[in-house]
Amino acid sequence: MDPLQITAYTTVSAAGDGKEALQSALLEGKGGLQPNDFGHAPLDTWIGRVADLENRPLDEDDRQFECRNNRLALMALQQDGFLTAVESLKSRVDPTRIGLFLGTSTSGILSTEQAYLALRNSGRWPAGYHFKGSHDLFSATQFVRQKLGLKGPAFSISTACSSSAKVFCDAHRFISTGLCDAAIVGGVDTLCLTTLFGFNSLELVSGQPCRPFDQNRDGISIGEAAGFMVLEKNSTTDSGVALLGYGESSDAYHISTPRPDGAGARLAMEQALNRAELTVDEIDYINLHGTATPSNDRAEANSINRLFPSSTPCSSTKGWTGHTLGAAGITESIIACLAIEAGFIPGTLNTQSPDPTLGLNIQCATKTEPVTRVLSNSFGFGGSNCSLLFGRTSC
Amino acid sequence: MLSFYLEAPAVAAPGLDGWANAKPVLAEENVYQQAPLPDYVPQILPPTAQRRGSISTLLAIQTAQESLGTTEIAPTELASIFASSIGDPEIVDRLCSALADPQPMVSPTQFHNSVHNAPAGYWSIAIDSLESTNSLAASDASFAAGLLSAAVQCRAESRSLLLVAYDLPFEAPLDATRPLSAPFATSMVVTPCATRQTQLHCTLEINTISAPASRMADAKLEQLRIGNPAARALPLLQQLASPTDEETLTFDYLPDCQLQLKCKPC
Repeated sequence: MDPLQITAYTTVSAAGDGKEALQSALLEGKGGLQPNDFGHAPLDTWIGRVADLENRPLDEDDRQFECRNNRLALMALQQDGFLTAVESLKSRVDPTRIGLFLGTSTSGILSTEQAYLALRNSGRWPAGYHFKGSHDLFSATQFVRQKLGLKGPAFSISTACSSSAKVFCDAHRFISTGLCDAAIVGGVDTLCLTTLFGFNSLELVSGQPCRPFDQNRDGISIGEAAGFMVLEKNSTTDSGVALLGYGESSDAYHISTPRPDGAGARLAMEQALNRAELTVDEIDYINLHGTATPSNDRAEANSINRLFPSSTPCSSTKGWTGHTLGAAGITESIIACLAIEAGFIPGTLNTQSPDPTLGLNIQCATKTEPVTRVLSNSFGFGGSNCSLLFGRTSC
Repeated sequence: MLSFYLEAPAVAAPGLDGWANAKPVLAEENVYQQAPLPDYVPQILPPTAQRRGSISTLLAIQTAQESLGTTEIAPTELASIFASSIGDPEIVDRLCSALADPQPMVSPTQFHNSVHNAPAGYWSIAIDSLESTNSLAASDASFAAGLLSAAVQCRAESRSLLLVAYDLPFEAPLDATRPLSAPFATSMVVTPCATRQTQLHCTLEINTISAPASRMADAKLEQLRIGNPAARALPLLQQLASPTDEETLTFDYLPDCQLQLKCKPC
């Protein structure tokens, strides 16, 4: 497929505000997880919480979009010179031909949870509650579209933890069919009780900071994040990193348990390689989905072992950010770009002894070395798999 | 401009129980009469999913199953797109009620069914297919976004897709802030080339707003159309039920643009 150049990106997660902070955290091994203090009855777990979101209300003009999720979306738009980059994009590309595709799993459901809590405690439904600007899955997409002054096609993708990876696939399709000349992709998901107690009910939450691919791994740490990226087909501001391939598949197995043989995940990775016209030997690093649940990591290992040589360096960066669910795809795509631009392979924070039965070349510590091509995996409930391939176009 | 073909329409809504019943109503041969929606239990789902699937999953899969019964394209060759504004209203209510408890406890089945792509996940299990599925939302324009995305994927990847749109109303307290009038689901197959089942050849464009959205002549069907995001498909379903020579349909999409769909019978 024709590559899409990445001309700007921005990120906020517990691992840092902006891409420089995220890169420093990765290089220095400083994670963002903390003991859980979220909600009225905090579970005994660790979370990746973005500091001070409670004290960053939206402007009066944006009140219709007020919710934690849109606060975090705005915070990310304001990092890394992203707003300026979008203004520059709009001077090159007609805003009616810039698509906007954002992923989210739970959107602003926290606002509805808080409304139900208020109803229970006070007997009154809160007057300020508004569904469309907060809980609605389209809320962040509408908010960001308005903030950025975009006029092109837009929708939200909500496929659980693959949401903000799959946005890249739609962006490529809208550009390759000629409907768009550029696209802004991204995702945002924020902490809420639905995911904390929901994953806990499935016994998938760890009582410690998550340890992906460790032999003692015992579950996820939930995080929150927002990230955005500009994708262009013909760019004059070529940063050298591009989306080279994508793949999407289903497990056809279970809603909340991955297919043990990894056949679905493997198909997504094969499609990404085929679209990029690359072989497994040409991949320098795999950013794993690596949630740190026993079954997820084993299924992912099975899918990779049947496709890649055992020497391919792999790591999961969820020890820095937590599992940011619908924002995991964009957050880890940004980590892939940082790895290529700055030349490093991220480690797997908190992991002491990689599970020898999984057979992968797990990088525990971050190491500096040239990286040209990165495969990034995102897998979600519903058996929704997405693999993205990033790399330099001019090498 | 995107060119594609449509076949295998299906619908499940009050008074539009399956395509065979809905077709004469949409063709204005029979009068539309609202009737309670049956409790669908799509047989294509494995027994555990029939028991565990949420109301939105059962409704969405009911129409998907009906489309599959008409098309000659093998289910495992179809990618799929599920478009819905709300997802599952009953689960949202149950989860948020449970989470307001001083010691919150949620049902694991309800939680895993709460993801927006649960119907897509159950669908891939039902047809045992590793093909890609996507699950979209665009508020009241969720059907328009689904149709656009299906047409784009059909052209970009030269492949056939199943498009499903569904939405169900909230009950109190959320019904007041996001009112929907009735449940509605529809499904159709989008193909890049004509097949023996093709009913319409379509071309789709995104344009600036120049015309009001296409409406239903029957007042009750029009009420249904504006009362549920998935029911915005009704003017297209009417074309599929009784194709005229050539018709251009307009769908509201975003505040500054709309979709125009030129439909020609095949």
